[in-house]
Amino acid sequence: MSDTVSGPWTAESMAGAAYIVAALLFILSLAGLSKHEKARAGVMYGIAGMVIALAATIWLTLQGAWGTGAGFTGLVLLVAAVLVGGAIGLWRARVVQMTGMPELIALLHSFVGLAAVLVGWNGHLEAPDLPGALTAVHHAEVFIGVFIGAVTFTGSIVAFLKLSARMKSSPLMLPGKNAINLGALIAFVALTVWYVNDSQLWLLVVVTALALALGWHLVASIGGGDMPVVVSMLNSYSGWAAAAAGFLLNNDLLIITGALVGSSGAYLSYIMCKAMNRSFISVIAGGFGIAAPTGGDADYGQHREITAQATAELLSNASSVVITPGYGMAVAQAQYPVAELAHQLRERGVNVRFGIHPVAGRLPGHMNVLLAEAKVPYDIVLEMDEINDDLGDTSVVLVIGANDTVNPAAAEDPGSPIAGMPVLRVWEAENVVVFKRSMAAGYAGVQNPLFFRDNSQMLFGDAKQRVEDILKAF
Amino acid sequence: MTRIGIVAELGQETRVAATPVTVRQLLELGYEVVVEKGAGESASFADDSYAAAGAVIVGADEAWGSEVVLRVNAPTEEEIGRLAVGATLIGSLSPGLRPELVEALAARPITALALDAVPRISRAQSMDVLSSMANIAGYRAVIEAAHEFGWFFTGQVTAAGKVPPAKVLVAGAGVAGLAAIGAASSLGAVVRATDPRPEVADQVKSIGGTYLKVEVEEVMTSSDGYAKATSEAYNARAAEIYSEQAQDVDIIITTALIPGRPAPKLLTAEDVAGMKPGSVIVDMAAGQGGNVEGSVAGERVVTDNGVVILGYTDLPARLPAQASQLYGTNMLNLLKLLTKEKDGQLRIDFDDVVQRSVTVVRDGEKTWPPPPVQVSAAPAVKTDTAGAGESAAGKASKKKGLSRAGKAGLVAAGIAVLFVINAIAPAPLPQHFTVLMLSVVVGFYVIGKVHHALHTPLMSVTNAISGIIVVGALLQITSGNLPMQALAAVAVLLASINIFGGFAVTRRMLAMFSRGNRVNG
Repeated sequence: MSDTVSGPWTAESMAGAAYIVAALLFILSLAGLSKHEKARAGVMYGIAGMVIALAATIWLTLQGAWGTGAGFTGLVLLVAAVLVGGAIGLWRARVVQMTGMPELIALLHSFVGLAAVLVGWNGHLEAPDLPGALTAVHHAEVFIGVFIGAVTFTGSIVAFLKLSARMKSSPLMLPGKNAINLGALIAFVALTVWYVNDSQLWLLVVVTALALALGWHLVASIGGGDMPVVVSMLNSYSGWAAAAAGFLLNNDLLIITGALVGSSGAYLSYIMCKAMNRSFISVIAGGFGIAAPTGGDADYGQHREITAQATAELLSNASSVVITPGYGMAVAQAQYPVAELAHQLRERGVNVRFGIHPVAGRLPGHMNVLLAEAKVPYDIVLEMDEINDDLGDTSVVLVIGANDTVNPAAAEDPGSPIAGMPVLRVWEAENVVVFKRSMAAGYAGVQNPLFFRDNSQMLFGDAKQRVEDILKAF
Repeated sequence: MTRIGIVAELGQETRVAATPVTVRQLLELGYEVVVEKGAGESASFADDSYAAAGAVIVGADEAWGSEVVLRVNAPTEEEIGRLAVGATLIGSLSPGLRPELVEALAARPITALALDAVPRISRAQSMDVLSSMANIAGYRAVIEAAHEFGWFFTGQVTAAGKVPPAKVLVAGAGVAGLAAIGAASSLGAVVRATDPRPEVADQVKSIGGTYLKVEVEEVMTSSDGYAKATSEAYNARAAEIYSEQAQDVDIIITTALIPGRPAPKLLTAEDVAGMKPGSVIVDMAAGQGGNVEGSVAGERVVTDNGVVILGYTDLPARLPAQASQLYGTNMLNLLKLLTKEKDGQLRIDFDDVVQRSVTVVRDGEKTWPPPPVQVSAAPAVKTDTAGAGESAAGKASKKKGLSRAGKAGLVAAGIAVLFVINAIAPAPLPQHFTVLMLSVVVGFYVIGKVHHALHTPLMSVTNAISGIIVVGALLQITSGNLPMQALAAVAVLLASINIFGGFAVTRRMLAMFSRGNRVNG
């Protein structure tokens, strides 16, 4: 077939054009996802871009290898892999609970990382015939691609394990962990130089192992509470892995897409970091979640308890209610009863709004997804900066499974490990009801003076159960 | 097991130190509870209801003979004599005002705790009997005023004509004042409030009152150039406000108290004379000398121009059941603090400021007055741990870190590196770098204004897009080398999971976002 195509209409030029179209579609896709109105169109652009890119690539590949044995094997493998992979992907996407979204996304990142490693290895095995300088570049690209991919892979695996509670979420504290990270980087540079000069397979094995260990260590040293940043950071890494593969394969589409994903992920992490008052650099470097403990347990006094019945009364007399959910709501799967509660209060003419801290949950925007799942209209779901000034005029704030994000110590106690982190100033409201399983500290391991405020009352127990009790009491 | 005795009060007192509800909770702390016959009668708590709660009804002597005796008012000399050796008495003892009572208590081998002496720290709020009684008193003051006042509180338009709302002035926005503001405004009156602390304005507003600010012309002082109001000017203006308000409002409730000093005079006889006939004044400070000229402690006085001045000092006791319930709960909270183990053993820990502050006499030894309590805790001292390497402080200083010159240097270095790379990199690389850099910038701008709610969908879609790595694997899948083909196939499989899963899950999420009542599929 290819012989009939002549002149400028080669498979390569066609594919190149298709790639440009695909890249533009990806840009449109990301742009669309910045706004609710255009979000769905954004996904369609993304899918269209992906279809075009894949079709062009498959055509290009088969074009070159048509009729050969390898081509046929390749085609069979390709179809099988896409079918199996697609089926698994669709199945997972269908059955995943919205509360399990962070785990799924972390796991998906690990696949990109692993795929990048495999592509890099293939780059080594392929060892194309290139002039001297380009061979060195090729070797370096293989090495870098494998390194980034492997870090992404194990980092995502650890994030997945932590998020799904299969691994302890407390940060791993190896002595001299910064030295370990730095040492690994230096070793990587040294190995790269060596490999460029003498491309031995065992060097690739060593660097893969090194990167796997580094990725593991980087994320293991980060506490579970900082996972929103970690997940979006890994998202960024997976993009850079794709970009590195693009360098390796001389493929602009991969570079463009990888860079898009990488920079948007980095920017998202940056937003998260600002929300948590953390340094962006120390996030990228890993193990940033460790703050020096402050001296001793302060005496915060006693908390008061409230019953679901009394909470219901409080709510029915309220003129405005703000609900600030946290990870606890996700754990208790309480989004449906919470949405029902908001709905019933709105029916009674109460002004109900949701206040979402940028890092509530374990994923950027985690709470929004849960509330959307439960059909809470998104125009009453406000972010921290939008709601903070209104909290002072609010009759009742319901804190459902949030802790560090509503901790007044962040604003008031300069010695607190979370000092300076912007928080929802719920304590300014007339009444605060805190839904909590026990008096245990939050992820940051900091006691929360909010619980001991005069206007705070604790409603202990499973958040879902308690919200249902309130609904019954209405 | 330690026995708690709830004893009856004397004279006009209608309150009681424990209610059936709190008795039940006292039993949960491991105590045995006896109640003197008829102790709760005037607060409408019958002996039977105490018995039903698990207490034993006993005679006066037996109740006074308990190891722990709970009381509302301070005991008389004779009653102190009835306490058993080693007993603990808890009640409102006002030790600061009654040194002779403290001496009398210390003369016996007993322990005496003053519930009204808890320090005003937030931890002790649940035991602060002064606050809970002030709350009741403020409410009751409004009810007493409404009772005397010959008009509605709320404005109405009826078939029989229009009724204007009553105007109420509350002087002092402390606990009692705020309670009075709340009660009066919920009855429908127009409520104004004064207080020398401007920061209470928001609190007044929050419960429906209007805060009257004492605005004084600023007087320049030459020394520092800052404007300052002199206290004389302030006081003069405040007095003017009271005079103006007295002519306008129908009801005045005064709550101003200064600890350890006689109550300040806010309304003069002329101010009172300027009020409309039928107006009502409730002087809640009458017991401490009164805020109003002409008020008499404990009495109802009618002035020549027909203004009623109430000087009741027993306002909380006029709401006996409610007052007993709050008093009993304050008492219970103190006992919870003293019975940490819930084993029915009362232990006093002098290291705890609350427990130290309330203890007037311990085992016959006078411990009054307690050392002053630091109300606002100093911020905890920051400690640096050497091992972790970076402390919060270290990070903070690092963040500020780079100076302008440093930044310029970094940029210059970055440009230099680019030049070097471009110079030495062989053919396709510089173009790749161009593409990479442009894409990075596009990525930043494209998602720069992402709506916070869309973070998760954005992430899952970028995740799907990063499955583009499949292109790399696809290019390798037709190579003649079987292991390579196998690796590429695995990569294709993984990336496919990503692509399909990522897009599908994003679509699922976006389908859930809905605005207002419009529900989308």
